[in-house]
Amino acid sequence: MIKAILIFNNHGKPRLIRFYQYFAEDMQQQIIRETFHLVSKRDDNVCNFLEGGSLIGGSDYKLIYRHYATLYFVFCVDSSESELGILDLIQVSTIYIFMTVFVETLDKCFENVCELDLIFHMDKVHYILQEVVMGGMVLETNMNEIVAQVELQNRMEKSEGGLSAAPARAVSAVKNMNLPEIPRNINIGDINIKVPNLSPF
Amino acid sequence: MALKIVKGSIDRMFDKNLQDLVRGIRNHKEDEAKYISTCIDEIKQELKQDNIAVKANAVCKLTYLQMLGYDVSWAAFNIVEVMSSSKFTYKRIGYLAASQCFHEGTDVIMLTTNQIRKDLSSPNQYDTGVALTGLSCFVTPDLARDLANDIMTLMSHTKPFIRKKAVLIMYKVFLKYPESLRPAFPRLKEKLEDPDPGVQSAAVNVICELARRNPKNYLSLAPLFFKLMTSSTNNWVLIKIIKLFGALTPLEPRLGKKLIEPLTNLIHSTSAMSLLYECVNTVIAVLISLSSGMPNHSASIQLCVQKLRILIEDSDQNLKYLGLLAMSKILKTHPKSVQSHKDLILQCLDDKDESIRLRALDLLYGMVSKKNLMEIVKKLMVHVDKAEGTTYRDELLTKIIDICSQSNYQYITNFEWYISILVELTRLEGTRHGHLIASQMLDVAIRVKAIRGFAVLQMATLLDNAHMLTGNTQRNGICEVLYAAAWICGEFSDHLEDPLQTLEAMLRPKVATLPGHIQAVYIQNAAKLFATVLRAQEGVPDSQKAQETSQLLIDRLPLFVQSANLEVQERASCVLQLVKYIQKLQQKEVAVAEEVSALFAGELNPVAPKAQKKVPIPEGLDLDAWINEPPSESESEDEKPRAVFSQEEPRHTRPRHTEVDEKELARRREARKQEQANNPFYIKASPSSQKVYPEVPGVEHIPVVQIDLSVPLKVPGMPMSDQYLKMEEERRQKEKEEKKKKEKKKKKEKRGRGRKHESGPESEEDITPAHTVDIVTEEMPENALPSDDDDKDPNDPHKALDIDLDNLVVGASRRPLADSEKLPVRTHRPTDILKSPVEGAELESVSQEPKKKSKKDKKEKKKDKERKKSKEEKKKKKHKQEGDDELEEASEEPVQAGENPVAAALPATAPAEGFNLDFWLSNVPVPSNKQEATVPVLPPALDAAQVSEPEEHKDMEPEETKFSKHKKKKQKKEKEDKKKKKRHHRHHSDEGGDESVQNGTVEEEEPLPPMSNYCLLAENSYIKMVYDIQGNLQDGSQVVVSVIFENKSTSFLKSMEFNVLDSLNSKLQRPDGAGPHDGLSVPFQLPPGVSNEARFVFSVQSIVMPQKLKGTLTFIVKSEESSTHEKLDFKLHFTCTSYLITTPCYSDAYAKLLESGDLKSSSVRLEGVSMSFHHLLARICFHHHFSVVERIDSCASLYSRSIQGHHVCLLVKTADQTVSIDAKCDEPSLLGNVLDEIKQTFSMC
Repeated sequence: MIKAILIFNNHGKPRLIRFYQYFAEDMQQQIIRETFHLVSKRDDNVCNFLEGGSLIGGSDYKLIYRHYATLYFVFCVDSSESELGILDLIQVSTIYIFMTVFVETLDKCFENVCELDLIFHMDKVHYILQEVVMGGMVLETNMNEIVAQVELQNRMEKSEGGLSAAPARAVSAVKNMNLPEIPRNINIGDINIKVPNLSPF
Repeated sequence: MALKIVKGSIDRMFDKNLQDLVRGIRNHKEDEAKYISTCIDEIKQELKQDNIAVKANAVCKLTYLQMLGYDVSWAAFNIVEVMSSSKFTYKRIGYLAASQCFHEGTDVIMLTTNQIRKDLSSPNQYDTGVALTGLSCFVTPDLARDLANDIMTLMSHTKPFIRKKAVLIMYKVFLKYPESLRPAFPRLKEKLEDPDPGVQSAAVNVICELARRNPKNYLSLAPLFFKLMTSSTNNWVLIKIIKLFGALTPLEPRLGKKLIEPLTNLIHSTSAMSLLYECVNTVIAVLISLSSGMPNHSASIQLCVQKLRILIEDSDQNLKYLGLLAMSKILKTHPKSVQSHKDLILQCLDDKDESIRLRALDLLYGMVSKKNLMEIVKKLMVHVDKAEGTTYRDELLTKIIDICSQSNYQYITNFEWYISILVELTRLEGTRHGHLIASQMLDVAIRVKAIRGFAVLQMATLLDNAHMLTGNTQRNGICEVLYAAAWICGEFSDHLEDPLQTLEAMLRPKVATLPGHIQAVYIQNAAKLFATVLRAQEGVPDSQKAQETSQLLIDRLPLFVQSANLEVQERASCVLQLVKYIQKLQQKEVAVAEEVSALFAGELNPVAPKAQKKVPIPEGLDLDAWINEPPSESESEDEKPRAVFSQEEPRHTRPRHTEVDEKELARRREARKQEQANNPFYIKASPSSQKVYPEVPGVEHIPVVQIDLSVPLKVPGMPMSDQYLKMEEERRQKEKEEKKKKEKKKKKEKRGRGRKHESGPESEEDITPAHTVDIVTEEMPENALPSDDDDKDPNDPHKALDIDLDNLVVGASRRPLADSEKLPVRTHRPTDILKSPVEGAELESVSQEPKKKSKKDKKEKKKDKERKKSKEEKKKKKHKQEGDDELEEASEEPVQAGENPVAAALPATAPAEGFNLDFWLSNVPVPSNKQEATVPVLPPALDAAQVSEPEEHKDMEPEETKFSKHKKKKQKKEKEDKKKKKRHHRHHSDEGGDESVQNGTVEEEEPLPPMSNYCLLAENSYIKMVYDIQGNLQDGSQVVVSVIFENKSTSFLKSMEFNVLDSLNSKLQRPDGAGPHDGLSVPFQLPPGVSNEARFVFSVQSIVMPQKLKGTLTFIVKSEESSTHEKLDFKLHFTCTSYLITTPCYSDAYAKLLESGDLKSSSVRLEGVSMSFHHLLARICFHHHFSVVERIDSCASLYSRSIQGHHVCLLVKTADQTVSIDAKCDEPSLLGNVLDEIKQTFSMC
């Protein structure tokens, strides 16, 4: 079971939090802080497993994380999930088995995902996540299936919007035009680079 | 209208949307909180508007704020509003918000039940999907109960997108509402073979989660999973299954045997590291479960260890980590094979990654031996010095102590070394584990008598240098060791070189800065020391010295009398008064030493940690009963002081000490009362008040250790423990040499052979401990209870899911269940919701004419096309029932009890999966394995299911009817129209057919007689054989004959050989290489009076006709004087029934089957059958391997399948002792034979 999925940036700002076990808001923030604290002080070339923080669960839980450019993806899991399997779920590309579902799906849905996408479209990221993990269990590992479902749902949303949504869309398009003070090129750098040391996969 | 909408949305475009909010927050970095609070105000305004789009937008923003840590629970109701929007866009926003912030305590959740139900049944699959996803996050027990049925329906949805979600969410439902597990399980199992891989993997996922907690209940699924494992290509699924097998193998060693080959193949072949890792993990589990038995498993272990070594040596830190993790599992059972990789693991200790170092530390635990302990600990001590960061250092510290103290200090050969290691550890900066070191010191000093002298000296030094430990206030944790030091010095003060100096050290003013509980120990032990000093000084003519000592105490103690700590204060003033009194006596030249020492006399024994728990409660003592009247609640002030007290001294009440003390106290309460009349110590708090008298036996035997006493606390450049390391090495060297000498001598005597010993490494046993250590065993109360029923968390939600599912899936073991093993049956099943409670109620209320009336009712219902009406009717009934419930509460229990016997029949109706599993497990090498004992019958423990709750189904009822209405439209068929309607009526709930027998009538209350399928094969004066034939599901051409041999004689039967004359159609399967006429030897011998079972596999070609095979059993009868060769002929009768396999069938599948028209029909009538209908059904089911698909009153449909896939359907009706059976089957001759056999069964009784 996955207990929580956290995405935060290099400064510990949450970009997406998804708890599969109830914690009050302040507790959630505390967990994020603690997790960030644990994860951020680790070098990039050490392993991606951490014995759980004291806040979620006990020794049965592990933090599995991955660091992409500006973002940390952290899965808090208990022992029933295969450690490497979950990592594949977060991580970019494996040659053989599971597609690196989540991030790669994000990448597909947002066309070169970057932190800004996550910042401004938290809801959409949630919808994508919902197709990957449900209630703490892995729902689908086939990326094409996920992307297809996400797109179908988006299309449905658009068709529902129809005429009445047009003005709002126009306005938001205008708003977005003068948007980025921040350049869009802070792409998650190595997102499409195969992780070299995982080549045994 | 359209204009209004457009206008609304134009308004809307000036509202902030999510992006604007985010942008705004980013632009207000300095006053973020203020900005957000204005935003929240805006959101509150927006939520007040009618326009759902505006509301949704507001809720969406709230979701974002929730992520930032703002509590948005106040908007819960608005979220529900948005959830109930008809538009997918808004619904999705609502559900997302709900899933982020709803939880069990959210009260509006109650309002959502109907909305969610509506969404679940929405024609738009995405509405359903969104509802499922949301529900998975906030499902509560109530929601789970109310919606379980709807979700179960969705498990057979046409869209895999919905199916997989529904399957997955069932796990959450099970957790919240365990009662749903049994009814849902068959369908869940069905989904394991779903054509869609996503659904399949979801089902695997759920079952794996369930099985991880309660593996034994899922053992019967092993064959299915095995099939999946060998066929699946989805590595995710594979990993899950392999993990599951890892959990199952400890329960069934044979499973492991079967698994090991495919797993090793996978290990060899797979290139996916994650899969490899899981395979290795499971192989390890298998090997653990097989720890005996398999002769060649060392090869597999070697393979695993090899592969793991590759992982560990990999440059990828992740693989290294996992390799170490898996290694530690092997370590538990096969320490030897891991020990050979010690180099690698020690190397990992130097890794820069802390996670890896910690894993390596775990491994070290198992690698130590007497030989290398000192060396390893030395290495760790180096790490301790080097380590930065207290967490890692603390971890090291605990590991060192763990390693040394494991299995009762098994590996420590030199306790002086260990004490000095402990002393060295006290030098750690800022460790949290001072108390751990302290308890080790105490433990060693108390339990290893021989070391006391040395320990006391070390502790005295420690006390002397206490300022070094306490100098820094931050090093608080470490001053715990002073607690131990003071206690040891006081308790074993006889060993002190200079007790006076220690006494002085314990009374320094600086001591007053220590934590209270330590001061208290100081004072208590100062008193003990004082006694020792007095005794030493009294013999000396110069009495002045003794008086000086008293004066010292009198001078120093007042400081402690003023202590803020109550405990310290109290003890100090007691001791002070005592000393003053002694001083008075001394001035009168009275010898007091003896009496003062007597205050602390007595031997201490360690008490086992669990001893207290194991003290049996004396008869007649009720611990829960109040001794006095319970205090009124207002007396809360009473409790406060108590809490303060216990908080003050958390460490102090470490159980061992208190227990020691309590035990001692009880023993010498009398003596003490007299001596300590003026010394009202806190009993619990004083860690010890006895002192070892010199005359205690055993003390003389303590070897006196010659140690340079001037060993300072710190030797510059060279830690003290190293000296011991060296000393120890030298000692061992010496011993070795001595041995060599001896050996040489031997060599001289006997030439040769000695050489190997000489050059080879010394073995463990060769190392003799430096001093004989008598580790005092821990005391236990005399009549301690042996059970170890300690550590189970009663709050574990998974406990409730410990439900036996086997009998549900297929029925139980091959033996009929005895009355005592009756299975309780859930009465809440949706099936019964519609029927049994209602009928039951009617039965009770209308008493005499139950059947007719309910039948009529049903007919009416069916004819009635307007469902509303029937709904009303049902509601009426419901009311009625409620009334009845109240009225007949008394009669309710018997009814419930009466349902059990029905249940008892159920297992018998189906052939056991337990058996199938057994067969599956044993059929690998057929002839060699057949003697295997039957799988232990899984205990039918279904506590959870036992609960019957009529109430809640009432909510579900209307819903249920809606569904059935929906379904009903499709179906029309004349002959069985009535029946079918009924069936669809409860279609959704109707799983494993056998359950539907439950709707009880009164006659069912009588229990079923035990039934057995075993019939006599042959018998003579020596031996009796009974047999049973079962089809093999896996192989359509095989049947298994189980024969029970019973030795009736008083002699020993051996060399039994079983042979059958094969026919063209049926052949006994013989091992490869055996001729067609060779017999099979029965793989056991029979002592007198013993029976055992063997299995023989036959292959058959045609199964439509019954047949008989002639056979012979030959055996040797061995009595004391002689042995004779005997022989017994028999005829094996293969009935057509024995080719049938109980297969559950869903009623809709059954209906389709009947509609298909491929089946030929036939019928038979049985006259004068007097047994009750359910009895009759049970008989047919049990003896002829049918399962009940559905049963209505005195009419039931049954189903079975032959091993070659023929379907056999029966419709059994009964009226006035006449039973008519209409049957359909795609093979008429098979059907005819089966019917004949059924007829015969009933003609016999």
